Amino acid sequence: MLPFARQLEHLGYADLKAENVSTLQVNLGWRCNQACKHCHLMAGPHRPEQMERDTIDAVIRVAARWSIPTVDLTGGAPELNPHFEYLVEQLDRLGTHILTRSNLTILFEPGKEHLAEFYRDHRVELVCSLPYYQEDLVDRLRGKGVFQKSLEALRRLNRVGYGEPDSGLRLNLMYNPAGAYLPPEQGALEVQFRRELADRYDIRFHRLLTLLNMPIGRFKEFLERSRNYNRYMGKLVSGFNPATVPGLMCRTLISVAWDGRLYDCDFNQALDRPLLEGLPRTIGEFDLPTLATRTIRLGDHCYGCTAGLGSSCGGRLAQN
Amino acid sequence: MSHYYEENDLERFDEIGKYRPDLYDIFMNYYQGVMSAGALTTREKALIALAVAHAVQCPYCIDAYTRGSLSAGSNLEEMTEAIHVAAAIRGGATLIHGIQAVNAAAKITL
Repeated sequence: MLPFARQLEHLGYADLKAENVSTLQVNLGWRCNQACKHCHLMAGPHRPEQMERDTIDAVIRVAARWSIPTVDLTGGAPELNPHFEYLVEQLDRLGTHILTRSNLTILFEPGKEHLAEFYRDHRVELVCSLPYYQEDLVDRLRGKGVFQKSLEALRRLNRVGYGEPDSGLRLNLMYNPAGAYLPPEQGALEVQFRRELADRYDIRFHRLLTLLNMPIGRFKEFLERSRNYNRYMGKLVSGFNPATVPGLMCRTLISVAWDGRLYDCDFNQALDRPLLEGLPRTIGEFDLPTLATRTIRLGDHCYGCTAGLGSSCGGRLAQN
Repeated sequence: MSHYYEENDLERFDEIGKYRPDLYDIFMNYYQGVMSAGALTTREKALIALAVAHAVQCPYCIDAYTRGSLSAGSNLEEMTEAIHVAAAIRGGATLIHGIQAVNAAAKITL
């Protein structure tokens, strides 16, 4: 396999450089009320990793000091962090665009029943995991009973205004394949999801985003166990699409881990590959001019973001 | 060779172009043109391909278009329906040829 960095060299990228830092993606911890089969972080109910209050305060200081436009909250289930609501309130006061990646079933955890209204009151944009519109497939991937709870959560979000065309309360869904294959074309799948969710369950949403399963963490374990790893990696490498490179999310994002360490993306965080030597190491050392022009740390898993139409936390990267 | 059908042979498809690359290129251009989105979507075409793959009982095509259908956003319920369509047409085609047997029998019986 041609190393990813060499692949980029052929395109004229001696190094892959960041363009700016418009998003701070903050991983609030690896604890989750679900244990999905594809999770690259191997998150689950028994994970102890949680961002502490002093690190959260450092995130708020960085967002304020450097006027970071978007803070993207992820996990685990970010809402399980005891300081989640404090963080959202503080960021909202700053006028920061807040995005939360929600697994939906969190809305039914004890003490979390008010989350739909809380999100609404702080105009939080939601990206909610829903890998398909059929029960058996979703439950197989995300756990028994998850599909029905997810539908109920989406209905609850619709009731408070999320997903309505003119409400300004953005409700996006995140699709990922239920196995060793690439995601469908995002636009066509969005049409399919919109029709099926409306007709079957009377659920509305704004956009569907497609995300490829990164060959790391639990998904890598599945690939190896099922002897699909080589073929899957081959598919990613042969599907390398140069048109995806300009839009790679690492070029506009910094990932902050639960312990405050900085990474180029959540996947590098999962692999514990921090920023390159000489760059700020923690949120406390954050320096925008340095980070906005940094060289990005690459690995062969990066083929996961450049295959086909590309993949990112914001969906596909290239058009058909 | 332990089996007539080897999984990795699918990836060797382009070796067929070794001796008559001109014909191979014509076929591949045609194939890609056919399978691209047109009046039908790529998802619909993958389901048709899956059904045909079963009708012609090609293990390579079944493998490729199972992946292709899933990658295009189809689910096993839809894929199974497509395979039933192939089965129904094959079954119907078998039965309608029964008329040929009836005709042939009529021709030679008193």
